[in-house]
This record gives sequence, structure tokens and C-alpha cells, in this order.
Amino acid sequence: MAEQRVQWFKFASPPNFYDLAGRLAPWFGGLAAILFVVGLYIGFILAPPDYQQGNSYRIMFIHVPTAWMSMFLYVLMAVYAAIGLIWRVKTAEVMAKAIAPTGAMFAFLCLWSGALWGKPTWGTYWVWDARLTSQLILLFLYLGYMALHAAIEDRQRAANASAILALAGVVNVPIIYFSVVWWNTLHQGASVTVTSAPTMETVMFAALLVMTFACWMYAIAVVLWRARLELLERERRAAWVLERMGEKA
Amino acid sequence: MIEFLAMGGHAPYVWGSFGVALLAMVVEMVLLRQRRKAMNRRLARLARLNREGDGATSPDV
Repeated sequence: MAEQRVQWFKFASPPNFYDLAGRLAPWFGGLAAILFVVGLYIGFILAPPDYQQGNSYRIMFIHVPTAWMSMFLYVLMAVYAAIGLIWRVKTAEVMAKAIAPTGAMFAFLCLWSGALWGKPTWGTYWVWDARLTSQLILLFLYLGYMALHAAIEDRQRAANASAILALAGVVNVPIIYFSVVWWNTLHQGASVTVTSAPTMETVMFAALLVMTFACWMYAIAVVLWRARLELLERERRAAWVLERMGEKA
Repeated sequence: MIEFLAMGGHAPYVWGSFGVALLAMVVEMVLLRQRRKAMNRRLARLARLNREGDGATSPDV
């Protein structure tokens, strides 16, 4: 047990994290590329058109994974921010900061693909209903987090302040998720939940699942990549960085 | 093939969604690559300054 503890903290040290992330990131990136190809193949070639929506339903294969990712990543960012805030774990602070841009990108892509799906399906790109508005707030939370981090010069104060913002914003995530239940909305309810069988054809569900895994792998690769850069930036005067730069020179 | 690309008349919506998603991911990776290169240059400069003189008094790079 004690040995496991030591191991865990070993990976949290900046040089170990840097090396491990550098070794892992290409694998996640490669896996993402493969899964995207497989997911798009299932989603566009194998899956038939929907009997009601025709082909526009295929937008689901990017819309739903990006929606899930934007929420997952927000919670993950808040967890890392909390670990950084409470235990002053440097790598956790770095991870929180590294997740934000990718989370914001997914939140944007969810809104974008949702708007393009809404037009042929509902007849409008946008409505100010609970689901869409709370998702837009999620995007603003990401952007606010990044802006706050960038606005405060002192690194520790920036990390603390933005961590508190991230934690306060967590309340928005269940609001997004349950908004379709709590309020009357144009947006449909969940087709896929943990507790019940998905209400769609197996081949469509397969495409959705593979695309979701692809987005996960992509997110992990990009976040690890960015976290390494953040670490180099923060630790540029540390011996371990100079050591690694010496190896390259 | 034309039929496939037309997406039953929903082509702008379907390809607009996936196209922008692809674009966003490519842009994100390009930006990270550029940042990595800038970082490498900065660290190389810092390492040079450290070799030439006292690292503690070198300007912030």
C-alpha cells in the first residue's frame, strides 16, 4: 500500500509526468486517428439513413460525442483544479489549465453541429431553451476560466482564482444534463443512458460509441501534449528541463 | 458518390458539422506544434545564457 502511494506521487512529479505524457500521447493520438476512421465508416457507410430525418441525423455522430466530451472534460478540469487548489499538486494545476482549450473546442463544436442539425430538423439554428442556453454557458465558463488564468500575472493566484471559478461552474453540468427533463424544450431527451438500452439501431449506436472513444483519445493526446508545454513553461529554469534540452542539443 | 455527398439534400448541414470539427482539431494541433517550436527556441536561448553566464542574473526569457 505504502509502495503504491510512492508510485502515485512519483508520476505527479513534473519530470516524471513530462516523460510519461510524452511516451503516452502519440499512442492516444494514433488510436484517435484509427477510431475516427472506423467511426466515420460505420456512421456514413454502414448506418442507413434515418426513416424520419434522412441523412441529417448523421450529425449526431459528431454532435453527441462533442457534447459528452465538453461535459466530461469540464468535470475533469474542475477535479484537477480542486486537487491543485487543496494539495498544491503542480501537475494537477497544469492539467486543469491544459484541459480548458480542448473542452472549449468541444463545447463550441457541440453548439455548432447542434445549430446545423437544428435547422433541417426544427427549422431554426438556435432557440433560447434550457439545454442550448446551459451548453452556451458551459462554453463561456471555459472561456472565462482561460481568460481569468491569462489575466492574473502571479501564477499561483491565477491558478487559485480560476480553480474557484471552475469549481463554481460545475453546478452547470448537471443542469445541462437534466435540462431536457426539468424544462420543456425543443431538444430531445437522452437516447443513450447508463441505466437503459439505447433507443436507436445497433449500428448507429456503434458509430456513436466509436466516435465518442475517438474524441476521448484525441482529447487525452492533445491535453497531454499541451500539459507538457505548460510544464516546460513553468519549470523552464529547473534542472530537469535543462537536462532534457541538453539531450536534444 | 454524388448521391452520397448530397446527403439527401442535407449536405451543407452534415458536411458543415463534420468539416468544422475536422478544421478545429487540425487548427488545435497546428497551434500546439507552433507553441512547441517557440518553446524549444526559448529553452535553447535560456540554456545558452546559462552556459555563458550566471543563469540567475540572465534576463527573463
